[in-house]
Amino acid sequence: MTDTNSLLQTALEAVAASADERALDQLRVDYLGKKGQLTALLKSLGSLPAEERPAAGEKINEAKRQVQQAIDAQREILVERALSAQLAAETVDVSLPGRRQSAGGLHPVSRTIERIQTLFQSAGYSVAEGPEIEDDYHNFEALNIPGHHPARAMHDTFYVATATAAGADVNVADATAAGADASGMSWVLRTHTSPVQVRVMEQGKPPFRMICPGRVYRCDSDLTHTPMFHQVEGLLIDEHVSFADLKGTLEEFLRAFFEADLAVRFRPSYFPFTEPSAEVDMSCVMCEGKGCRVCKQTGWLEVLGCGMVHPKVLEASGVDSSRYRGFAFGMGVERLAMLRYGVNDLRLFFENDLKFLRQFN
Amino acid sequence: MIFTQQWIREWLDTPLEPQALIDQLTMAGLEVDASGPVAAAFTGILVAEVVSVEPHPDADKLRVCQVNDGSQQVQVVCGAPNVRPGMKVPYATLGAELPGESPDKPFRIKKARLRGVESFGMLCSAEELGMADSSDGLLALPADAPVGQNVREYLQLDDRYFELDLTPNRGDCLSIRGLAREIATLNQLAFKDLQVTPVAARIDDTFPVRIDAPDACTRYLGRVIRDVDINATTPLWMQERLRRCGLRSIDPVVDVTNYVLMELGQPMHAFDLERLSGEIVVRQAVAGDSLTLLDGKAVEPATDTLLITDASGPLALAGIMGGEPSSVTESTRHIFLECACFDALAVAGRARRYGLHTDSSHRYERGVDYNLQALAMERATELLIAIAGGKPGPVTETIGKLPTASEVKLRPSYLASVLGMELDEDEIISILNGLGVTLVGRSEDGLTFDVPSFRHDIAIEADLIEEVARVHGYDRLPVTRPVMRTQMPEVSEREVALSRIRERLVAQGYQQVITYSFVEPKLMAQVSASPAPVALQNPISEDMSVMRTSLWAGLLRTLQHNINRQQTRVRIFETGQVFLPGPEGISQPERLAGLIYGERFPTTWSQGREVVDFFDVKGDVEGLLELGALLPRCRFEKAEHQALHGGQAAAVTLDGQRIGLVGALDPALQRALDISGRVYLFELDLAAIRAAAVPAFRPLSRYPEVSRDLALVLDRAVAVADIEQHLRELAGPELLGIRIFDVYQGDKVESDKKSVALGLTWQHPSRTLSDDEINVIIERCVKGLEDKFNAKLRN
Repeated sequence: MTDTNSLLQTALEAVAASADERALDQLRVDYLGKKGQLTALLKSLGSLPAEERPAAGEKINEAKRQVQQAIDAQREILVERALSAQLAAETVDVSLPGRRQSAGGLHPVSRTIERIQTLFQSAGYSVAEGPEIEDDYHNFEALNIPGHHPARAMHDTFYVATATAAGADVNVADATAAGADASGMSWVLRTHTSPVQVRVMEQGKPPFRMICPGRVYRCDSDLTHTPMFHQVEGLLIDEHVSFADLKGTLEEFLRAFFEADLAVRFRPSYFPFTEPSAEVDMSCVMCEGKGCRVCKQTGWLEVLGCGMVHPKVLEASGVDSSRYRGFAFGMGVERLAMLRYGVNDLRLFFENDLKFLRQFN
Repeated sequence: MIFTQQWIREWLDTPLEPQALIDQLTMAGLEVDASGPVAAAFTGILVAEVVSVEPHPDADKLRVCQVNDGSQQVQVVCGAPNVRPGMKVPYATLGAELPGESPDKPFRIKKARLRGVESFGMLCSAEELGMADSSDGLLALPADAPVGQNVREYLQLDDRYFELDLTPNRGDCLSIRGLAREIATLNQLAFKDLQVTPVAARIDDTFPVRIDAPDACTRYLGRVIRDVDINATTPLWMQERLRRCGLRSIDPVVDVTNYVLMELGQPMHAFDLERLSGEIVVRQAVAGDSLTLLDGKAVEPATDTLLITDASGPLALAGIMGGEPSSVTESTRHIFLECACFDALAVAGRARRYGLHTDSSHRYERGVDYNLQALAMERATELLIAIAGGKPGPVTETIGKLPTASEVKLRPSYLASVLGMELDEDEIISILNGLGVTLVGRSEDGLTFDVPSFRHDIAIEADLIEEVARVHGYDRLPVTRPVMRTQMPEVSEREVALSRIRERLVAQGYQQVITYSFVEPKLMAQVSASPAPVALQNPISEDMSVMRTSLWAGLLRTLQHNINRQQTRVRIFETGQVFLPGPEGISQPERLAGLIYGERFPTTWSQGREVVDFFDVKGDVEGLLELGALLPRCRFEKAEHQALHGGQAAAVTLDGQRIGLVGALDPALQRALDISGRVYLFELDLAAIRAAAVPAFRPLSRYPEVSRDLALVLDRAVAVADIEQHLRELAGPELLGIRIFDVYQGDKVESDKKSVALGLTWQHPSRTLSDDEINVIIERCVKGLEDKFNAKLRN
């Protein structure tokens, strides 16, 4: 039976020396397979005397178990070794940046408009838009700014060349007819978003609760003026709206927008389309009202114009002014963005330098 | 409008603390823009007389003066060109302090030696005393200035100015009188009006006046004054008041009319009587009228301009500016004073058209009190005669169409509901009364008020409510929140929110930009020549003179701007209106456009060495079309566009309608714009891509999918999309999808061919598809593609 012992010894040594699973499989076949050496020993039991066969058989079976156990154990070791080798080989520098598309972003003016929209939409206001080349009626007349009204001088208006506006070639003989087309209608780049409130009222029925954001144009360009900028107009028309409601709405808006408990004051002012009219100042967010360059040492920043909608505007838009009234307000988006984000130069908004824009991503 | 503390105090006998006054006016709607002392804080400056002036031995521009300051005679070296013996000037004594570099560092006068000559003090200009922004010589004091008196006291320089930025509705506050009324009301003081005794006529002379435009000229007062001493000196107090309000002293006649303008708000004009002929006719201009104005400018007034004319023709642009030929000059002896009321509508906008803006037009445009003329005429006569003598004739009055006094009703209950606060009727009446708005009736349905002739801005109930609220104080009104019925908003699922579109692009690395809607005509023509863009009549500049017809102009400029600032990778988009002129007028659709340039991904250790190509920008567009599930209904068809590459341009169609373009920037345009790398662009109609379908459920099949691949060799010119579409028609209703997984052009196929590999997948809703069925379909597909496109199976 030394055969069995020596064979077992050789097998165990071979298993212990095997370096991978394939070698192990081969050893299993070599020793334990159908034609394996231990299996062959078992087959040769017949040549032994009958009384020796059980003991010898037992011994061979024991050897097979031991070899199988050794193979299993070795396999576990090999798998573990392979896995750790894999882990070592696949280790990366996790501090390296990930693989991805770059992040874009919204323009700060859009970002600001979205914020304003979110606040008002949450309070039940809808959003309306209108054309930027606007007719004189909606930009001025319907807003109680007839021709030659001194308030027109407050709006440095861009006029659209007549021929293109009318789609016909018309000679403009007199400067009074600036921008007038063949039908006598003249076209301007809207100087404010207020014409949208007229359009909304013309097309709908009260009550109205809406804001209209958009581009507006004034013929003015210097350090603090760009010929195009953005406004958000707001309008609320219902049966029992008061000036006190206007005060409450705008105070709440400014505090929500700036996320600060700002002081807000309403100063009488004049807009042809509201009566009473007010300008709204808030305590300076740069110096907390102590006085600085931004607020010209006054501690106050003018941020909004507003008022109770003039009855003539309601009537011009087909709203019964004896039953309905309400308020309107308008704000300059760039100004709010500058105050919110600390931008110190208005012109940056339209240079579109990526280094500027990415600061708002 | 500028006023001073001293002048207003003459009307209101009350101390007005400057900051309190500023706050009060601002909170009453009369915004104070600026305020400050009328002169710098200086000390030790006396009225002195120049006794003698000798040349400086060693300096051409300096003079050696002997100066008497009342207590001694001193030697002062002076460089002013206007110094002369006998002149009264401000003299800064040794130790005097003048304004220095900063308020806490005054400039102290010391004994000095100027080019070897000793100087004991300094003779001062208005600029040096902080009374003017610039001066070209010494401040000449009146001949009767008392030598030795402190200049500060003599000129009453302890005064402040206030500059108001008045809204156009408050023409009534463009005078000291109007402001005094306003301030009196705000402080619950009584308003004492100016008392003027009419100046009796000493001669009978009049000059005839006729009004041919009665709507435009509602009243015209005239007065002849003979033997005026035009060379008389305007008294210092009047000169100083005018100066502090921003008006220069000219001669007694101009100064008096300016003074009355400032004091009462009534513009006046004086003509040289000897240069008038026939009669004054106030009329609208007619073709052929021309006139040389006081400032030397010749104008040919348009026919809606109101003129003052005489037998010789136009004399003045009514309410704006007088003409040169009839103006008062140094040799004038007799004058004709005009004191008229022109309607605001007849003057508004006209001055601006002639490039003018005068104190007179400013007031007429905002409305002048039509009952003010008699008072102003008497005031002007009184002042002028006191200064320059002269014999006044009687005042003649010619009336046009005078406005009628208006009454406005105010319901206290309505006021309460508009303001959100009840106000006592007595308070309402008292506030309005202080403003000159007097109660004339009281009944159950409200109070009736008479609107004074100086308040052109009060016409309706809301105007009175504003006045009451303003004087009561906006800050004292309550603060509430609107109470409203709740209402569900309309949120259509058939519309993609703009924010989702933007977010999609932002996630793809696009930066939103906002460019001007007006662009350079040249660039616009390079990008899109047709339709010709809408032009502006009055652009800021040539390069902002036409309205964009495509957003690409702005995107390309933005690209250039950033390339010039070392950006090598740019991905930008913009949304906004474009302006397309057409036979029906201008349409203003909203567009969405994007531009990519440079590497596909940001360059880092692992990526970013590949630059973008057509399929990057197309993929981004496809992604946008998927937001509303529109992609299956869209096609990309080879297109031509002047701004795009001839071989890399596609029109995007939705259900056959063109909704946009995508492609590579035309290489010639790229060169013209001096851009070194390839640029890819898209522009889409925003409304079209915002359309969305509400999802509709289809039952899922539980049976297996079957897939087959087809490798085809095609002519290069055949569009794979056409193959795909034909396959969809041939591959039976169970076709689930087609995937293009390889496209090859090169050595292994003929030079005019390409090889395309497609994967097709089928699934039956209710059973398993057999191989035989699929084989039949494949055969049909191959045959069909061969017939239609000459496509061959690749072996």
